[in-house]
Amino acid sequence: MSTSEPTKSQSVLYGIVGEHLEQVTRQVPADEPPPLPKNDELTVIGKPVHRMDAVLKVTGRARYTFDMQLPGMLYGHQVVSSVPHARIKAIDTSAAERYPGVRAVHILDRVMMNAQLRDAQAEAKERYPLVRYVGQPIAGIAATSSRAAAEAAKLVRIEYESLPHVTELEMAMLEDAPRVYPGPTEQASTAGGGGAPPGLDQRGNLRGPDRGGARGDVDKALTQAHVVIDAEYRTQVQTHVPMETHGIVADWRDDELTIYASTQHTISVRDDAAQNFDLPHSKVRVISEFTGGGFGAKYGIGNYGLLAIHLSRKARAPVRMMLDRRDEHVTVGNRPSTLQRLTIGAAKDGSLTGIKLQSYGTAGVAAGAGVGFCAHALYPCPNVSTEHYDVFTNAGPGAAFRAPGQVQGIFALEQSIDAIAEHLQIDPLALREKIDTNDTDDARARAAERRLGAKAFEWSRRRAAGSDQGPIKRGLGMAQSQWVYIVSRATACEVRVTRDGSVEAFSSAQDIGTGTRTVLAQVVAEEFGLRAGDIGAYIGDTRYPVGPASGGSRVTCTLTPAARNAAYRAARDVAARVAPLLSAKPEEIVFRDGKVFARSKPQRAMTFKEAVKKAEISEISHRADRRDDYEGYARSAPDFHISRHGIGGVQFAEVVVDTQTGVVKVERVLAVHDCGRPINPKLVESQIYGGVIQGVSYALYEERHLDSASGLQLNANVDQYKIVGSRETPQIDVLLLEQLGGQSSTDARGVAEPANVATAAAVANAFYNATGKRIRTLPMTPANVLAALRSDDQSLSRR
Amino acid sequence: MSDPTSGLPSADQRLDREDITALPPVSRRSFLQGAGVSAIGASILEVGEAATRELANGRGEAIGPGAVAVTLDINGERREVQVDPATTLVELLRDGLGMTGTKIGCDRGACSACTVWVDEEVVASCMTLVLDVRGKKITTIEGLAKGETLHPVQQAFVEHDALQCGFCTPGMVMSCARLVEQNPNCSLEDVRQAISGHLCRCGTYPNIFKATLSAASRMRDV
Repeated sequence: MSTSEPTKSQSVLYGIVGEHLEQVTRQVPADEPPPLPKNDELTVIGKPVHRMDAVLKVTGRARYTFDMQLPGMLYGHQVVSSVPHARIKAIDTSAAERYPGVRAVHILDRVMMNAQLRDAQAEAKERYPLVRYVGQPIAGIAATSSRAAAEAAKLVRIEYESLPHVTELEMAMLEDAPRVYPGPTEQASTAGGGGAPPGLDQRGNLRGPDRGGARGDVDKALTQAHVVIDAEYRTQVQTHVPMETHGIVADWRDDELTIYASTQHTISVRDDAAQNFDLPHSKVRVISEFTGGGFGAKYGIGNYGLLAIHLSRKARAPVRMMLDRRDEHVTVGNRPSTLQRLTIGAAKDGSLTGIKLQSYGTAGVAAGAGVGFCAHALYPCPNVSTEHYDVFTNAGPGAAFRAPGQVQGIFALEQSIDAIAEHLQIDPLALREKIDTNDTDDARARAAERRLGAKAFEWSRRRAAGSDQGPIKRGLGMAQSQWVYIVSRATACEVRVTRDGSVEAFSSAQDIGTGTRTVLAQVVAEEFGLRAGDIGAYIGDTRYPVGPASGGSRVTCTLTPAARNAAYRAARDVAARVAPLLSAKPEEIVFRDGKVFARSKPQRAMTFKEAVKKAEISEISHRADRRDDYEGYARSAPDFHISRHGIGGVQFAEVVVDTQTGVVKVERVLAVHDCGRPINPKLVESQIYGGVIQGVSYALYEERHLDSASGLQLNANVDQYKIVGSRETPQIDVLLLEQLGGQSSTDARGVAEPANVATAAAVANAFYNATGKRIRTLPMTPANVLAALRSDDQSLSRR
Repeated sequence: MSDPTSGLPSADQRLDREDITALPPVSRRSFLQGAGVSAIGASILEVGEAATRELANGRGEAIGPGAVAVTLDINGERREVQVDPATTLVELLRDGLGMTGTKIGCDRGACSACTVWVDEEVVASCMTLVLDVRGKKITTIEGLAKGETLHPVQQAFVEHDALQCGFCTPGMVMSCARLVEQNPNCSLEDVRQAISGHLCRCGTYPNIFKATLSAASRMRDV
């Protein structure tokens, strides 16, 4: 918090409800609202309120960007490269321009999402951007129908001068491999993560190392360790596959630009558009009423957005540019692959003595293939060395994807920890109890989660690895989750009370399916003694006060304290004006069950609407910023803060492995999670289901297949790109903690990423328990499973 | 020259009328190109030609490749539209009639976001030609609720939070509603089967199971 702001001491609850709670004292801003009690003492917060826009969604009335239909609107289509690496010698758009219905054609003069050369001079200036992957956007067409636009796109003739290409990780690492970039590159992260730190070394296609958490002497520690697990893990490229593809509708009129965007961050769309088209923010409005999923990839305007805006300006008409499913898979992001060598040493009692990680991953033409921070941050260990490398390949760009890096990192780390437990004959839960000892809220949450989970999952029924004698083998496993507790910087919320007693809340934050409207309404409703459904929750418009990005599990923890503070101020303002009517002092005024009354005279209650009218309130508006956490942060970046506390989670999996066919089935997952104070446990549960299902899908099925000869993705659709469906969905049980950290006026934290972090590792550990073999390659397809079952594990060494 | 592959009115035209006879006829060649846009070009062509023959023989009138007049029953309303023979049902619903509740997730019958009812069956409207649903009763997500009264499956989806981003939801609702109407005694396995062709990337399946079984029990009690 700002040092100039007057503060007060406030006693707040700290701990886990039902486990251990205590009162602690925090210095908070002088006008901070009183601390909230536990959820069971609240009316709206912490209750499983129905999602506010559910009726719109079940009736088809929810209007997504894909559904926008403006008068005179044209349909856009991308023209993309058919070759993996080439100079473009010429582009002939004349036939496309003549195609009936075509109103505008635009050729890109720059490409977004690719890494950028640190020194632009490293590459000779060409007329058109160099092609670095199959599917790279080159041009766009706007026409009167989507079919006409798609047809015309096929008529664009592009003359390529092909260059050698490389699409496979290990081939690209060779010294004489074709170079994707002629020199070192940079790539900033989005609000969802991804990207890479600036200034890293780059040799050929190898960029890095990015080192995190280095300490002690790891090589010495490993040579002295009682037991060492030295193993190699491989994970695949996964694509996001939101059901609504990326897209925008651009409407450029008289140098004012209105954009309807399927996005995780309205502000990033506005900023990108303003910057690329040299417009002030005041001339760009971005609206996102509903977004059909994102999972990390929907930030900024992207190449499709650049094209749509150019086409709208040229055609003088709104242009809707939605990607088709193929372009969605190929051009707008994926979870990078990894090849990780992880060496962990432990003492006889299981305490970790050394962790050494080297990871290589490819995000195609983008950077950001690191494997998270778990290796150096989950468990205390005196000797650590981590090196993360990006390997460039001629493939579509990676992007942030639900807990970027951490999902891959945990898959390796939690298996190696499990292997240590196995070799030391310590129960996996007991080993974590011993080593998961950071002084953080997430470590404390996991301790409770292990205990609750072990009981609910009946962990005691777990047998020795490979106990089943027949070909069908069953096993139990668990893994731990860890994610950062991130708070966006500039965030505000406005709450208005109008003369008829309507209460409205405004934020530019969007809803990608997490329930932003609903949690916003709940927090505001609580202050006014109203129901969530009584609140007008208006989001997804850059004309509203700046809201956070829907990425990194940060919306609820960032937005709700600002919303509560604004609502609190507005409610106290109403109280001050209503008090004289009730012959009471403002501080005596209570809002409860839709009524307003003085605490000492509850019989003289008025309805809220009546009170506002009688007090002759014309309109009250209060705005509050998201203040810093009461205890500050561990570190801060330009756009966000990171707390020293994280978000935890422990997941348990039960799997069945058919050792003859190699088919793995996940039968049951128990997900035990924390998210600070749950504002709406029903919505939290839904997100956890989603995290687990995506995790199972990643563990068992999903994999982008590129043909190395052509660079073409062979399964850029949803029939051959296999994702968990109804038949593969396991039984999922969710247990949710209520953890109060005493850090903000709502104490909410996020859950989307942690719900996805541990699943693949838990499934892999259950696979080991079933079969007695480690599976270190994802996905667990029959081929990979049978290879793992045949392999002779060399990872263990003992002194 | 206007767009010969378009069987659909542009948005401003749509505001005034559904009649798009003003569009010039398409050549056979451009019809083929139009059909080829879809991954199921061959089957569209086949069905389109079959429809042409049927009309030519049965009623003595020529059909296609230009726009043809079609009368449809959508949500109990008679709609007269002009479409070129390659037009899919979802294209007509969304771009032609502004009924955007029905979604497109893949445009090749692999995700079921575009599910509607044709008579008593669920179909992928991205794989269904408008010409093939003449004389049939089409029900879309917009026509499922009775006024403000939600279908029991819609109501149960709300209560069980059987949706997150909501983009797959209209299609899911249509398949689950069809299931419970056909079989109010459905089991969990029946629900899994009924939506096995649907894709929900948010991972809402457990709540869809609960919601559909709860709606089925409500249907039984009625």
